[in-house]
Amino acid sequence: MIEIDSITKRYGETAVVDSVSMTIAPHTITVIVGTSGSGKTTLMRMINRLVEPTSGTILIDGADNRSIPGYELRRRIGYAIQGHGLFPHRTVAENIATVPTLLGWEKSRIAAKVKELLSLFQLDPAAFGPRYPHELSGGQQQRVGVARALAAEPNILLMDEPFGALDPVIRAKAQDDLLAIQKHFGTTIVLVTHDMEEAFHLADRIAVMDKGRIVQYAAPEEMLVNPATDFVETLIGAGERPFRLLSIGAVADAAEAGEAEGEPIAAASSQRDALSALLWSGREALPVVGADGARLGRVTLAGLARRAARPQ
Amino acid sequence: MTFRIDKLGVVIAALLAYGAFLAPFANFRANRIVPGEARGILEALPAGLGAALLGFAVIAIVVVVLKTPTVFRLLLGLAALLALAILVGLSAGHLTPPENTYARVSPASGFWLLSFAFALLTADALARLRLSPLARVALLAAVAAAAAGLLVSGAWDGLSILKEYGSRADSFWLEAGRHVVLALGSLVAATLVGLPLGILCHRVEALRAGVLNVLNIIQTIPSIALFGLLIAPLGWIAVHVPGAAALGIRGIGAAPAFIALFLYSLLPVVANTVVGLAGVPRDANDAARGIGMTDGQRLFRVELPLAFPVILTGIRIVLVQNIGLATIAALIGGGGFGVFVFQGIGQTAMDLVLLGAVPTVALAFAAAIVLDAATELSNRKPGRAA
Ligand SMILES: Nc1ncnc2c1ncn2[C@@H]1O[C@H](COP(=O)(O)OP(=O)(O)O)[C@@H](O)[C@H]1O
Ligand SMILES: [Mg+2]
Repeated sequence: MIEIDSITKRYGETAVVDSVSMTIAPHTITVIVGTSGSGKTTLMRMINRLVEPTSGTILIDGADNRSIPGYELRRRIGYAIQGHGLFPHRTVAENIATVPTLLGWEKSRIAAKVKELLSLFQLDPAAFGPRYPHELSGGQQQRVGVARALAAEPNILLMDEPFGALDPVIRAKAQDDLLAIQKHFGTTIVLVTHDMEEAFHLADRIAVMDKGRIVQYAAPEEMLVNPATDFVETLIGAGERPFRLLSIGAVADAAEAGEAEGEPIAAASSQRDALSALLWSGREALPVVGADGARLGRVTLAGLARRAARPQ
Repeated sequence: MTFRIDKLGVVIAALLAYGAFLAPFANFRANRIVPGEARGILEALPAGLGAALLGFAVIAIVVVVLKTPTVFRLLLGLAALLALAILVGLSAGHLTPPENTYARVSPASGFWLLSFAFALLTADALARLRLSPLARVALLAAVAAAAAGLLVSGAWDGLSILKEYGSRADSFWLEAGRHVVLALGSLVAATLVGLPLGILCHRVEALRAGVLNVLNIIQTIPSIALFGLLIAPLGWIAVHVPGAAALGIRGIGAAPAFIALFLYSLLPVVANTVVGLAGVPRDANDAARGIGMTDGQRLFRVELPLAFPVILTGIRIVLVQNIGLATIAALIGGGGFGVFVFQGIGQTAMDLVLLGAVPTVALAFAAAIVLDAATELSNRKPGRAA
């Protein structure tokens, strides 16, 4: 749990982060969105004290984050940035081993951790461990950057526009990987982005920042239905709202009783994907199947249309 | 089969033709200070050998002008240089009358032109072969071993420069030692001071411009003027600081020379440290801090390793510069190879000047090759093969 209490950061006269308070629940993904220069990075960097606040406090699991030296705090909090920030003179394995080495882990434990993380990120440890960062593709570098951030098994992971440099296909894959990783470790993730699509795809809660202040901090559905200000509404994009609403929900939740013909849809995929499949196939309904292949009913155009409408 | 012309080869061929057929090969003097008489290849070498050398030059001219395999050109260049080195020694024996110890024989412009042309051929072939750094150092070692072999064998004993050496062998090695200590010692001192100073300048931006400006100004002070500036303060220290005089600190001698070299060395070391550290990727630095490195850990594990090739380049500049500059230490009694250079100038004895100049150039050249190789090795990202 991260409790941020009226935190303020001033550079000269301007408050870059202006008296922000928010509580981040454990094991969730919180996404901070906002226009460029709104103070997202500064807010996030105050959590691990890369930036020291002008006033206010931040409690991590009840303890003031200033109760231990900054570098010790940062070894307990994962940190991944856009453009990965890998050390060019160190191999992939050495990069991932950085924090465990700083913490003085035993060699065998470090080696096992590196291997586990590389496998988890679908990089063959034998092939990729000895390579240097410049020998990897952008997507692979980014995965290694996240793996390095997770190496010391932190409870909290801070990510500043981690997927900003990736092309759309790789980015979608990286986002799905992140969701899987979060499930696997139960990490509390705070992620900064300016991409609303990404925010709605990943977030349990979204914080919208504007000129150093949080203008709305809410679950995605809530934000879609009740945008707090015109700014939030513009940021979400009025024309996108029904589709964003569908993209949050899983097909399982929209499944109705009954049979249907055609290519079945996985219960875990989003309702937006289901709408897309229905429109493309020209059918009124398609069957829904679980992960084990069992039929769970069907999903219909009319049903999805009801769900995409503004809730009354 | 068509013949294609090598552009650089045409230049080399012209040098070879002029050096072999028009310029004198050796200089003969009745004693060490009278003006010399020029001797062409046919006169300077025993019968047969002179003609053979001319024939060899003609063949070489054809080979270098045409586009021939690089390895072949390299071998030709090296073989020719070795042959020239041996022949110039033979010419000394050939030209010096028996039992005459006053006469002096030294290489003349033709010999130097031929050597230069073949060195150019060798250097060009080496550049084209893109030898690995270790191979270049190995080649340097082989050349040094060959030169040492010729020296020890006595093949060059008849040459004037070695006659100068023969009459002052003891002081030669003494001054050689002093020269190396001056050049290397001031480099070590400049590195010990300049590296932390560069790191400080990188971290504290307010210091940077000031320090670099002062060091820049020092670089522009001529060495003689710098010696002059140092005489008064060092003289004062020698008199007033107990024990300083016992350490050899005086207004003249090795101390001011050492300090001057040290001061000249600071700029390249500090500037390259600052540039190297500034070149460390922002992301890498941010990540280092973000994952919990202390400032010291970040410096030693991220910043310095990444800046190392640039810093090493600065050290290379300093070493080569110091080996050359240490010559002037002799002006104020600081010793080194400069002793022979300035004595030689005073006595108008060119051979003595060369006794000081040739080892200086050879040392600087060797230092440049070794440090270039080290820089390249440190610059190369390992593991590229995968
Ligand atoms: N070290 C700093 N000194 C002065 N101004 C800064 C500093 N860091 C950030 N700022 C300013 O604070 C504002 C917010 O920056 P940032 O938190 O990086 O925004 P975001 O991540 O939302 O783009 C920007 O206007 C930026 O120029
Ligand atoms: Mg930012």
